[in-house]
Amino acid sequence: MSDTDHSDMSGADQPHSATQSSDWSELKDRARNLVAKLESGDSSGVHSAIEELNEARDRNIYLEVGKLTRGLHEAIVNFELDGGVAVGSDDSGKNESQMTNAQDRLDYVINLTQNSADKTMDMVEEGIPIATELKERSRALKVDWERLQRREMDPDEFRDLYKRIDQFLVFSGDSSSQLSEKLNTILLAQDFQDLTGQVIKRVINLVQDVEERLVELMRVAGQVEELTGIVRSKDEPIARVEVSPIAAEGPQIDTEKEDVVSGQDDVDDLLSSLGF
Amino acid sequence: MKILIVDDFSTMRRIIKNLLRDLGFTNTAEADDGSTALPLLQNGNFDFLVTDWNMPGMTGIELLKAVRADDRLKDMPILMVTAEAKREQIVEAAQAGVNGYVVKPFTAAVLKEKIEKIFERLEG
Repeated sequence: MSDTDHSDMSGADQPHSATQSSDWSELKDRARNLVAKLESGDSSGVHSAIEELNEARDRNIYLEVGKLTRGLHEAIVNFELDGGVAVGSDDSGKNESQMTNAQDRLDYVINLTQNSADKTMDMVEEGIPIATELKERSRALKVDWERLQRREMDPDEFRDLYKRIDQFLVFSGDSSSQLSEKLNTILLAQDFQDLTGQVIKRVINLVQDVEERLVELMRVAGQVEELTGIVRSKDEPIARVEVSPIAAEGPQIDTEKEDVVSGQDDVDDLLSSLGF
Repeated sequence: MKILIVDDFSTMRRIIKNLLRDLGFTNTAEADDGSTALPLLQNGNFDFLVTDWNMPGMTGIELLKAVRADDRLKDMPILMVTAEAKREQIVEAAQAGVNGYVVKPFTAAVLKEKIEKIFERLEG
């Protein structure tokens, strides 16, 4: 949301209050005129003064309704959210709404994090057998090495151990460089954090912008109701969608809440209190 | 020991599969929601079910209830591994007959502990 858009929106209010005071002054003039006619006992003058006062009041209401209608219209038009909050600059489809755009961007976040997780797990799954083999071969060598230290080895066994140590040194060198390569790939696979962070921040801005515009729309609609005398009953039922208390909600962001467990220990306590 | 892993995110299925392999369980299969899992369970001689809660189509709690309502499957041990963390939900899962409940994010040690506890109970 750019600052110019905001000043446009608040700018719509200023002439509203300015004209209101000039309209009030017209009403005041008419009222004074009526009092003067009453005091001078001019009965036909009194009638025409009352009529003029009525007309001025009606004109005032029409003007206000007109202004509010324009304000409402503007607030609705502003909902098109053109420019300012573009989530990316590479949009080819200009007709695409910001909301669709935001959905695409969030899909992009899912894809990017998914790719990163897949790549990381590929590397881990390839690395684990290498690490396991390193561990097993060094353990086997250590057993024989200790026998050598205790001078329990005959010359044939020693020759075999000599060869195996040579092979192991080559293998451990190769394995280490393979493992570092995989660790580096894992490191690079974390680059999504920067990109997804930027995209998510832009979507947050868009949501804030929509919220601001909704508040503005509510404000203008409220003024229209007030002026036209639409009275909303306090008991008027507000339509609520019934949500099952156990419906899936996904991760809880605020684990301080009463009805939410704060972690696995809390889950275990709850389950054991239920006899688990 | 044949285990079915049900989660809509392949990443999570893969993590659980790897952790299970580390615990010595190598015979695993995967499904991405309850409605694909149920026919697999009905035809597949599975011994153990690990399921998420929040999934499109058929959720984990619905799958849990469906398994408990199925005569041939009703005794299958079920572990829920889920981000759903409301007390009411955990109570609901317990009442529906879940054997263990792990909240995400979780550690390998927690998963191991819960699985071992389930098998200890079954044997004991």
